[in-house]
Amino acid sequence: MRTLLLKSLFARPVTIDAPSPEDAALAEIGRELEKRARKLFGRSLTIREVDAGSCNGCELEIHALNNAIYDVERFGIKFAASPRHADVLMVTGPVSKNMKVALERTYAATPAPKWVIAVGDCACGCGVFAKSYATVGAVDKVVPVDLHIKGCPPRPIDLLKGLVALMDKATAS
Amino acid sequence: MATNGLARTLSSLRPAGDQRPWPRYAAEAALWTEIGQRLGAGEGDLLALWGEPQFVHLALRAPDLVKPCVVSIAVRNGQFPSIGRYHAPAIRLERAIHDLYGHVPGNTPDDRPWLDHGAWGLSAPLGKRKRSPLRDPAEYKFLRVAGHGMHQIPVGPVHAGIIEPGHFRFTVNGEHVARLEQRLGYVHKGIDGLLIDTDIETAARIAARVSGDSTVAYSFAFAAAVEAALDIEAPPRAQALRGVMAELERMANHFGDIGAICNDASFVIAHAHCGIFRERVLAAADQAFGHRLMMDAIVPGGIAADISPDGVRTIRTMLDDVAPHFAEIIQLYDDTPSLQDRTCTTGIVGKDLVAKWAAGGHVGRASGRDFDTRRDLTYAPYDKVKFDVPAFTAGDVDARVWVRIREVEQSMRMLRHWLKAMPSGSVRRKLPVTRKAAEGIAMTEAFRGDVFVWVRVADGRIAQAHARDASWFQWPLLEAAIEGNIVADFPLCNKSFNCSYSGHDL
Repeated sequence: MRTLLLKSLFARPVTIDAPSPEDAALAEIGRELEKRARKLFGRSLTIREVDAGSCNGCELEIHALNNAIYDVERFGIKFAASPRHADVLMVTGPVSKNMKVALERTYAATPAPKWVIAVGDCACGCGVFAKSYATVGAVDKVVPVDLHIKGCPPRPIDLLKGLVALMDKATAS
Repeated sequence: MATNGLARTLSSLRPAGDQRPWPRYAAEAALWTEIGQRLGAGEGDLLALWGEPQFVHLALRAPDLVKPCVVSIAVRNGQFPSIGRYHAPAIRLERAIHDLYGHVPGNTPDDRPWLDHGAWGLSAPLGKRKRSPLRDPAEYKFLRVAGHGMHQIPVGPVHAGIIEPGHFRFTVNGEHVARLEQRLGYVHKGIDGLLIDTDIETAARIAARVSGDSTVAYSFAFAAAVEAALDIEAPPRAQALRGVMAELERMANHFGDIGAICNDASFVIAHAHCGIFRERVLAAADQAFGHRLMMDAIVPGGIAADISPDGVRTIRTMLDDVAPHFAEIIQLYDDTPSLQDRTCTTGIVGKDLVAKWAAGGHVGRASGRDFDTRRDLTYAPYDKVKFDVPAFTAGDVDARVWVRIREVEQSMRMLRHWLKAMPSGSVRRKLPVTRKAAEGIAMTEAFRGDVFVWVRVADGRIAQAHARDASWFQWPLLEAAIEGNIVADFPLCNKSFNCSYSGHDL
């Protein structure tokens, strides 16, 4: 444990280590995001994630936003356990009929002003599960959606870009 | 488990269908029931139980059978004899068959709906589909728990983290859990239905999304099942690269799980490092195969595209980079009594239960069930590579962590082997179109356990298919694992299982 902590004193942060085009894009997006989040929310944007029928691929990539590489909390964005604490709902999945009521209730439990991001092809209505007896289709058939982030699943970097776009939209309105 | 009663029962059945590589037999009610009784007596493992409009199929393996096999029974008057009556692991599968096809398991011990929450507006959507009034999703009879001081904690379907939805009904006495009852099915997407009469390419994309964290394992099993039905083999280079992808997927998930388990015991440093390891693996996979999770990279006939020119070097660099750091974190796990205080003797699952449920993956191997599809029902490329299957007997959270740790080491070993001696040649072959219906079956070892896929191919299309996740036989054991533990240890137990909701709900 001590050796590990000692090493950590001298190690460079993983976040900016070994720059590549991808990392450069991340830093750029991150700075932009931080500026806007601070302006709009006083550096506190809280997200509640709702899986409404996803295959869990999107969840893995949303999870990655919290790791040391993407570290979304740097930008004042964090994930909350309750919709009561959330400004943004990130919704994944083709909205299974079995999850429709739960999604509606989660949306209703989120205080205004609130924004909804449909994450992934399924949530955007173009996934492989759209034409089933068991699915509703796209998230915007159930709750109003402010932003769509496509991808199967979207990469964490795309999710960050999406959050920038949402800030733009929220600032404008 | 070693009697040859089951083999004798099976030898009296007549062959049915054109299925490869395992035979399929047709059974009448009496022998079907006898098979159920023999499974209940521990003579064999139930591998899968699924329906189609006129039939119910059961896949099983037993020590005295040369190969696993499938037994089918024709549904008469909308009924088939319940296997769950004799062999509890079949109960949830029969409830699912009833909800999807309308076939009634005769004399079932549990006739509550499972996947059907009353939200489809239909009953038996894949059988004699009928309009059905919507039901209140809260109308569900949980098992009754009575006793002094008992109270309930309902959790979900929307959980507190970035995880999949499901409902857990805890009945607790003070801090101790007297019973956990799960209610699943929230992410049911109708996958078996979507696979009916579908072109192979589309079906492969659907199969790749049964459970996103196991996308490689599902694509692999689906491709292998289609290839078995068509009686072809993927080129050697594709086989080796499938192994590379499968082991990268296993490593990424195990890193994620080891970290998340430590995180649930508030040991954040391990979580942070494991998160970085996971990212390194995903970045290498992206570089080598063009997708972080390698979704749709395995296709029937081979793989979608060859590894990128710098792919081999990228993966090798990643292994060299991660291996020593991982060893340090494992040392730290091993040297931290406060962490082990949470993981050791927590959430114990007995050897008898994992044997009865034929639980795969870390759940089985942490409780003494020494089974791994890669070794025991071996398939290419695992038939030509050396690896150990780590197994433990403590059956607690700690043992499930150690299974993962040792498996990561074995994955690294296999990856290095394949990267050094990669066969050359093409990576994909064209699929022949056969008029006659043929069936194929395949099992692969996903990071959480065995994935089972059955397909019927006719005229170059998928006529019918079924996928069964390892979670079907692990979720019920989580109910057993938490019994008598404190509520605060549930996240640890749950994470140490890490069952798939999507893979189970289909």
